Amino acid sequence: MDGYIIATVIKAVLVLSIIAALAGFGTYLERKVLAFMQRRLGPMHVGPYGLLQLAADGIKLFTKEDFIPSGANRLIFMIAPMITAATAFIALAAVPLLPEFTLFGVTVKPIISDLDIGILFVLGMMAAGLYGPLLAGMAQDNKWGLLGAARTAAVFLSYEVVTGLSILAPIMIVGSLSLIDFNNYQAGGMGDWLIWKQPLAFVLFLIAGFAETNRTPFDLIENESEIIAGYATEYSGMRWGMFFIGEYANMITIGFLASLVFLGGFNDWGFLPGGLAILLKVSFFFFFMLWVRASWPHIRPDQLMWLCWKVLMPLAVINVTITGFVMMV
Amino acid sequence: MSLEQFKNRNVGTQNYTMLDLGESPKTGWDRFKQVARRSVKLELFTGLKVTFREMIKALFMGEMHTVKYPFEKLPISPRYRAIHEMKRLLESGHYRCIGCGLCEKICIADCIRMDTRYDENQRKEVSEYTINFGRCIFCGYCAEVCPELAIVHGGRYENASEQRASFALFEDMLTPLDQLNQQQEFPGYGAVSPDADKKIKKTPLAY
Ligand code: SF4
Ligand code: SF4
Repeated sequence: MDGYIIATVIKAVLVLSIIAALAGFGTYLERKVLAFMQRRLGPMHVGPYGLLQLAADGIKLFTKEDFIPSGANRLIFMIAPMITAATAFIALAAVPLLPEFTLFGVTVKPIISDLDIGILFVLGMMAAGLYGPLLAGMAQDNKWGLLGAARTAAVFLSYEVVTGLSILAPIMIVGSLSLIDFNNYQAGGMGDWLIWKQPLAFVLFLIAGFAETNRTPFDLIENESEIIAGYATEYSGMRWGMFFIGEYANMITIGFLASLVFLGGFNDWGFLPGGLAILLKVSFFFFFMLWVRASWPHIRPDQLMWLCWKVLMPLAVINVTITGFVMMV
Repeated sequence: MSLEQFKNRNVGTQNYTMLDLGESPKTGWDRFKQVARRSVKLELFTGLKVTFREMIKALFMGEMHTVKYPFEKLPISPRYRAIHEMKRLLESGHYRCIGCGLCEKICIADCIRMDTRYDENQRKEVSEYTINFGRCIFCGYCAEVCPELAIVHGGRYENASEQRASFALFEDMLTPLDQLNQQQEFPGYGAVSPDADKKIKKTPLAY
């Protein structure tokens, strides 16, 4: 039992530090990829190829003044960023990150806790993370923040339905909520991937994932051109940084979820070992999010709600119904 | 384009080429069909293709647009007239300015200050010469009036400096002696004429 607790703590610390570092690295990647797509160089001067830009940004964020507006609700204003950052990392607890491997004769399961409701837990945690922007926007006594919070609520209600319904069909097929079971279901090579059985669910989940992580084209809760920075208007320094890290951690989580549920997870992929395969898949999803940001304009909140309620939700329901019929026959 | 055409600002009377936007949907069914058609045609992927193509071009085909400005500079038009240059005589390397003071007099922004004195040979020499670039409007009058073509406008356009004095002194504007052979000439009175070689005659110096 002691061993289990120690192992879990070590895993938790490792996941936290690696994913936090990766989230920071993600900001560098984002700047680089966006720059290349606009035929610019991106960060170049801090360190080789601008790699130390991360350190510079970190120093900047840590040393900036921690500002709390006088009219704000201090307590809620202070804990809101922690909600976003914490839930983003808690969600990762039920995600198997790599296949099992053996280190010094001990078999390591790179998942902090194999919950039997894994996917529900992850989605629930990411949904709870939306309380961060919501509370932050309402607590800061700023009309842009309030608009951001209002948009958060509207957006949240719209896409969360789609996320749930789109993931329902794969769950029905696999018959389990554990992400490990999802992975094992697709163990038989590329032909077993759920994306072939559930292409519509994959597209719907991906669209909802963009809304979940509030990336372009659905980045309307902190849309700079319309509402300054939305819920983050009054935030500075490390509190703002926590929102940022939460967002990037969520991007990584969505990448893992999409790969595990639809793209065969960490099973060996041809000659690629499983660990490498899933990292490649997650990197692709991360790149795809940046790619989309460089290519597509964002949409208005009413368009997002139109899309979610009038297009995606009916499609998801139809998908679930058809899957049900096919499974019964 | 004639002047009349150019001055015609009445929107709708000119020959504009209209973009072919197709029919805009009128009924709800039309709108639905448009959405369905666009989704099935995967128009969104065209956007993805464009950005990806640009990235490939930038990374592998050397079409990066960035100019690393302080290290690289784009060539500037030869007609650009910016920070002044004081020229030297090609033969002796002495500065051309004769201290006549015309530029100081004509400067409409009143930003040239100069002082002269007699040197040991009882010739006039320039002891002070500054241009206050905070006030200069780059009108070019000083270069126009100079009888010796001693002051001209050069191509130096980086006007930011911690102190005005950093580039407003005579010595800073003067062509450096070691770069005398690269001194750029402007045609006009005082410049070396293009047929200078022909005009030169041998004159016996000693009798
Ligand atoms: S360019 Fe005009 S304003 Fe500037 S120093 Fe010459 S005369 Fe004065
Ligand atoms: S007009 Fe020319 S020669 Fe006369 S003082 Fe000015 S720079 Fe010197």
